[in-house]
Amino acid sequence: MENELVINAEGMHYTPLNKAIRSAVAKGTEKIRIEHVLGQRFIADGLKGRVKITVHGTPGGDLGMFMSGPSIEVFGNCDHAPGNTMDGGEIIIHGSAGDATAHSMRGGLVMVRDDIGYRGGIHMKEYGDHRPVLIIGGNACAFLGEYMAGGLVLVLGSGEKRVLPNRGIGSGIHGGLIIIRGDVPDQTLGVGAKKSRATEEEKRLIDPYIRRYAAVYGRDPKPLLDDEYTIITPSSGRPFANKYTWE
Amino acid sequence: MNPGSVPAKFKVRIDADQCMLCERCVENCPYGTYRREGEHISVDSRRCVACHRCVAMCPRDSITIEEKPVDYRSHPLWTRESREAIYNQARTGRIVLAGMGNASDLPIIFDRLLLDACQVTNPSIDPLREPMELRTYIGKKPRKLDLRKKRNGDIELKTRLHPNLRLNTPIMIGHMSYGAISLNAQLSMARAVASEGTFMGTGEGGLHPALREFQDNMIVQVASGRFGVDIDYLERGAAIEIKIGQGAKPGIGGHLPGEKIDPDISQTRMIPERSDAISPAPHHDIYSIEDLKQLVHSLKEATEWKKPVFVKIAAVHNVAAIASGIARSSADAVVIDGFRGGTGAAPRVFRDHVGIPIEAAIAAVDQKLRSQGIRNEVSIIASGGIRDAAEVTKAIALGADAIYIGTAALIAMGCRVCGTCYRGLCPWGIATQNSSLTRRLNPDVEWQHVANLIRGWTLEISELMGAAGINSIESLRGNRDRLRGYLLDEAMMNILDVQPVGA
Repeated sequence: MENELVINAEGMHYTPLNKAIRSAVAKGTEKIRIEHVLGQRFIADGLKGRVKITVHGTPGGDLGMFMSGPSIEVFGNCDHAPGNTMDGGEIIIHGSAGDATAHSMRGGLVMVRDDIGYRGGIHMKEYGDHRPVLIIGGNACAFLGEYMAGGLVLVLGSGEKRVLPNRGIGSGIHGGLIIIRGDVPDQTLGVGAKKSRATEEEKRLIDPYIRRYAAVYGRDPKPLLDDEYTIITPSSGRPFANKYTWE
Repeated sequence: MNPGSVPAKFKVRIDADQCMLCERCVENCPYGTYRREGEHISVDSRRCVACHRCVAMCPRDSITIEEKPVDYRSHPLWTRESREAIYNQARTGRIVLAGMGNASDLPIIFDRLLLDACQVTNPSIDPLREPMELRTYIGKKPRKLDLRKKRNGDIELKTRLHPNLRLNTPIMIGHMSYGAISLNAQLSMARAVASEGTFMGTGEGGLHPALREFQDNMIVQVASGRFGVDIDYLERGAAIEIKIGQGAKPGIGGHLPGEKIDPDISQTRMIPERSDAISPAPHHDIYSIEDLKQLVHSLKEATEWKKPVFVKIAAVHNVAAIASGIARSSADAVVIDGFRGGTGAAPRVFRDHVGIPIEAAIAAVDQKLRSQGIRNEVSIIASGGIRDAAEVTKAIALGADAIYIGTAALIAMGCRVCGTCYRGLCPWGIATQNSSLTRRLNPDVEWQHVANLIRGWTLEISELMGAAGINSIESLRGNRDRLRGYLLDEAMMNILDVQPVGA
């Protein structure tokens, strides 16, 4: 395809790899295909622009950290913290991702076909039209959306076996929404989080994300759209307000 | 009993013979201590925090503020502070927060270290007639230099140098965020460091657009809340500092209460208005020393290895081992913040009881890094309650490359260390976002005061060095022979690696 750069990352260190990506973006390359990726960290770290990148293989930690604008599609699993402190753009993962996925993310979309590790969406935050979205097709581990200050975390739990985060969901959450398909037991909620069944209006909010997920991964959206969802929100915007007194 | 009724902390008196009823005290006190009643000023002493704004503004010197006018029955164990904390917690059942730095009456090691001066055997140097080299570079230094002589006789440097910050003086200003302090306070300090050829930290509050003209002299901070952190912010800073810990409250995070998040602060921090800004205790992408290395590398990779990355920790028990780990994480400088470091607010139990003195931490870290042969890998920046040029000189002689000041810079702009930062009503326009108060601090005037302080201290350091026969800061760094311990115990002198006076 015209204007597509193909990089063979076999045995390549991440710094020359990122240099190649940056210089291609600076020259106006619109598509980059990176092949034979095996554990290279920081791919597209701090990258700006509108470039579309496909990653074939298994990228290392902090994929798309501080990234602002580009789209990355990963054909494989990701190590920890893809979308860490990401500002804008998209990361679409055809597989699973590790711990701290979308850590401190502040804009854009991270979508994971299968499962993520611990502390997913921890400390996500929003400002104005910067509103991060993390979609997890499978399941998430404990401490999902802790300290969340904004944005949306959506867990579809569509894997063969539905395993929910077993504790600490939304501890210290003071903004944003966590939406999980099905019921969520009370004892799995963290301090400062409360749950309710998603209303039809709230379900309309996630409708476009479910359709996007189904379209990207070739799934049938109907069972996901028809099911019930639990919505987890802050019990207060000031989770620590009653902990302190002044000297 | 109402346990809240404790004696007033201050007694304010107005000398009616002196007072001309100008009402400047009424206008200047944001705490509502003064009220005009007919032909006199009525005083509510209980509202006073001893910020001295009224004293400074009174044209007739007619105000007297007395501390602890009604004290408790004295007792060496049950101090006023211990009793009042109990009354407070008996009433509320909460954690007691306090402002400013450590308020315990613990010995100050700097006061027990004395500097050297030449007499006969070595001549002292007069900085007036001889050049004194105070220029300091912060960052990695090469282990050795690879030089090649070119055909035309020029010498070529083959070694690749790491990015360093170039300071004209070893004094920098530490991280105080927009939110904790006002934009006018940040602007004043930024202009001062730019004029003096040194640097200041942004704190974890983002970089306000008004500060961009000084960005070449600003160190941007990445802390656990990641407030205001995006690629633009990282690219603007002269260096990037990862904040792991803070001397005033080691091991815990921070909360900027929602009421301080006005539209402007909301924009620089990139969080909604009125939302609490919560910095968790750990970075949730750093759970090990390997993860720290990963964050250092991610910041360097994002900024194309052009900027030094610092890691700031609180001085705690195993500080030397921790600093050694940091030196191996490819960080360019380790910032050590001692237990006297200031803060807008910290739990009292942390402020007064957690952490160790900066003097011992500098010596231990410098010694450990030298013994491991990696002192050149990382610069040491020391902070936490440094009060004058002598303490800067002593810190460098103990092994620091440079120091951060914080409270001292605020005092230069008017702060009277009343420790009431948390009220958000700072009458000096520093620790407040209230526009009627922040406009009291004029950056066009105050930058000069901060610059004067840095210049004055720098001159004093030159004089102290000259007196000791040292003409370059390189020769002072880690030069413990220029220090003697006075009434310090042997164990402490071993840690500091200094001899007692007379030796």
